[in-house]
Amino acid sequence: MIRDITIGQYYPSDSRIHKLDPRVKIVSTLLYLISLFTFKSIIGYALATLFLFFCVRMSKVPFKFIVKGLKPIIILLMITVVFNLFLTPGGKLLFHAGVFKITEQGLRTAVYMGIRLIYLIMGSSLMTLTTTPNQLTDGIERLLRPLNRLNVPVHEIAMMMSIALRFIPILLEETDKIMKAQIARGADLESGNIIQKAKAMVPILVPLFVSAFRRANDLAMAMEARCYRGGEGRTKMKPLVYRSSDRIAYGIVLAYVITAFVAGRYIPFKIWIF
Amino acid sequence: MSMIKTKKLIFEYEKRDEEGKVIGMNRAVDEVDLKIEPGQFIAILGHNGSGKSTLAKHMNAILVPTEGTMWVDGKDTRQEETLWDVRQSAGMVFQNPDNQIIGTVVEEDVGFGPENLGIPTDEIWERVEASLKAVGMIEYRKSSPNKLSGGQKQRVAIAGVVAMRPKCIVLDEPTAMLDPNGRKEVLRTVEELRRREKVTVILITHYMEEVIDADQVFVMDHGHIVMQGTPREIFSQVELLKKYRLDVPQVTILADELKRRGLDIPSGILRKEELVEALCQLN
Amino acid sequence: MSIKLEHVNYIYSEGTAYEKHALKDICLEIPHGQFVGIIGHTGSGKSTLIQHFNGLIKATDGVLYYNGENIYADGYKMKELRNQVGLVFQYPEHQLFEVDVMKDVCFGPKNQGLSDEECEVRAREALQLVGLKEKYYDRSPFDLSGGQKRRAAIAGVLAMRPKVLVLDEPTAGLDPKGRDEILDQIAYLHKQSDMTVILVSHSMEDIAKYVDRIIVMNQGQVMYDDIPKRVFSHYKELERVGLAAPQVTYIMHELKEKGLAVSAEATTVEEAADEIMKALSGGKGERDK
Repeated sequence: MIRDITIGQYYPSDSRIHKLDPRVKIVSTLLYLISLFTFKSIIGYALATLFLFFCVRMSKVPFKFIVKGLKPIIILLMITVVFNLFLTPGGKLLFHAGVFKITEQGLRTAVYMGIRLIYLIMGSSLMTLTTTPNQLTDGIERLLRPLNRLNVPVHEIAMMMSIALRFIPILLEETDKIMKAQIARGADLESGNIIQKAKAMVPILVPLFVSAFRRANDLAMAMEARCYRGGEGRTKMKPLVYRSSDRIAYGIVLAYVITAFVAGRYIPFKIWIF
Repeated sequence: MSMIKTKKLIFEYEKRDEEGKVIGMNRAVDEVDLKIEPGQFIAILGHNGSGKSTLAKHMNAILVPTEGTMWVDGKDTRQEETLWDVRQSAGMVFQNPDNQIIGTVVEEDVGFGPENLGIPTDEIWERVEASLKAVGMIEYRKSSPNKLSGGQKQRVAIAGVVAMRPKCIVLDEPTAMLDPNGRKEVLRTVEELRRREKVTVILITHYMEEVIDADQVFVMDHGHIVMQGTPREIFSQVELLKKYRLDVPQVTILADELKRRGLDIPSGILRKEELVEALCQLN
Repeated sequence: MSIKLEHVNYIYSEGTAYEKHALKDICLEIPHGQFVGIIGHTGSGKSTLIQHFNGLIKATDGVLYYNGENIYADGYKMKELRNQVGLVFQYPEHQLFEVDVMKDVCFGPKNQGLSDEECEVRAREALQLVGLKEKYYDRSPFDLSGGQKRRAAIAGVLAMRPKVLVLDEPTAGLDPKGRDEILDQIAYLHKQSDMTVILVSHSMEDIAKYVDRIIVMNQGQVMYDDIPKRVFSHYKELERVGLAAPQVTYIMHELKEKGLAVSAEATTVEEAADEIMKALSGGKGERDK
């Protein structure tokens, strides 16, 4: 039942992208996403497309995995495109039928927004598909370290994230088990209105919380028993160290960002209205 | 110096009523005097609620005595300054295999303890590798703990403790949630460790079959140590063990039954080979 | 009230990388009133199998008949089946949720649409059956000891008055005394009522003295399905698949090999002691002549 939900959609492979330092991937993804919003002409998007496909090829992740990430946002994507298409004023009127009007500006924004959203998802999917959740938390912890000085408990947040990742599958399985057990006792989880349904969840949520707390308790004890006392004085088994391949990757990303930014904004090139 | 020593150790916790008001004290461990020497294999037996787990948690300073004292490797567990030394010298493996694995990858979990101790990176890798080899889990180093069987998870947990290079390993009912295969797996691992690394092992359990190799067995009931001796001495008292809600291996019961029916066989039989031999001599 | 499985197959996560053929062509029939043990190690398919009995898992292929009715037929009332086939999961105390024991045990009967009075009557009856003392009825289930929680949870299923009671490892995590108490209680229940009881376990020793029939599962298939004595006679094969016969079986076999005139069929301590006494006195008798 509930086990079918997949979380932490890492795609194991030994590509160069997989081997990069997680910080490189996080920073690059961010830069890439920002770059998408700076373009004014089709040239920028063309470069963004090329770069994305280049990265996908390098990562050896099958294209369909990356497209899969788009599934949950299809509705959001459609709404965005439709709203922009019909509701943006400006430019020449291209189409008119009753209350529906499409302007030049509307068509342009709709297409650009659509592309941005799709690439945004594809770009971040590529990052999560090539980086284990652990590496991600490690990377985030390292990148946020400067915030330590502002008394943000960066280590603790990262530890929480990685524990959550470890326990999500366990709790999902547990939910499945409790649901089955209550169904076996005649619980009806499907029929009824919203309030009845919410009420029917009590026999599942209470045991689930009880179990989560018990696990939390046990885990805290186990961590203490293994001398855990926060981030201070702790060494790392897998410290993050930039290697030459990481520097090269940064260079390539930087080169892309600058080229795409300049080309997308300042080179006057137009195909029709785009 | 004894590995573990207690003097009149008492542990009490508050008994609360439904509104959470304290209505009295429960004594989980009551005046326990205990001495465990380095290198020994000790078993602590007792039914659920006999206080054996509470006592075990004292050995790692997760709990500290209400009264009396507990010394681990000569250090009083109530001393704040040596708390982390105590926890490092007495490693602990718990009952629930899922709730003690912290890492999302096997090798990272084993590295967790050494990381906390501030061991340099290169040495952590060495220790992780050695520990995983010691428990026979090296080929799973890159696996997710969620994909392992219960017995394998417990072996990873043991590796996690071994990587901290403790002098003593306390196993708090490590097999209670496992199936017979998992149980055998874990016991074999512990046995190997004991032989090769010469660590002190304290096994807390309610399965009698697991303790026949122990140097010394303690039986707990109501917070007291009620029996103490070699496995043979303990197992020859079938009736008394039953009184403490414990069970003896079928072979011991059978030997006891035959003896009651008038056969002349030695008491405290632990292994089936012993019984077979004794019976063949009678024939 | 019989349960009959015909060529039941079950495949987990079909079509994905995690696909697993959990049950392979299972055919078996459990007649009414039997006390059956299902044995197998973790991952042998025994838990998957029992979840078919009350329709929690639907077979990928094959048919399950309850009282001669195909439970996968259109319009079959699954809820009715679940009222008849009570399933107690492993660590059932983990599903307790109500504010007091009585209310929790009433959960099942209430879902059956019974009146409050009737629910309580049934709950009381069930709680008595599992031997939980009355003083605990209005306590929070979370304040009970491990063994008591387990009893309360089992009562929660019994209160539905099932015709078939399926228990998945009801003694896991209990101490020896607690284990014996629960098993004795279940055996008593079976004797008192005309309930079919299906007991899942991975310990042969535990169930050898209770059940009429043992079904051994291995890799999703029925490996043996027979009376305990005959199943245990395959002790060497059982060992190979990670299971073990009771210790006495080994002793008897060894004694036999060493030339003692015992039958190796004994599965309980009592039987073994009888056999050995007979063999030894018989042997002496002959020598005396």
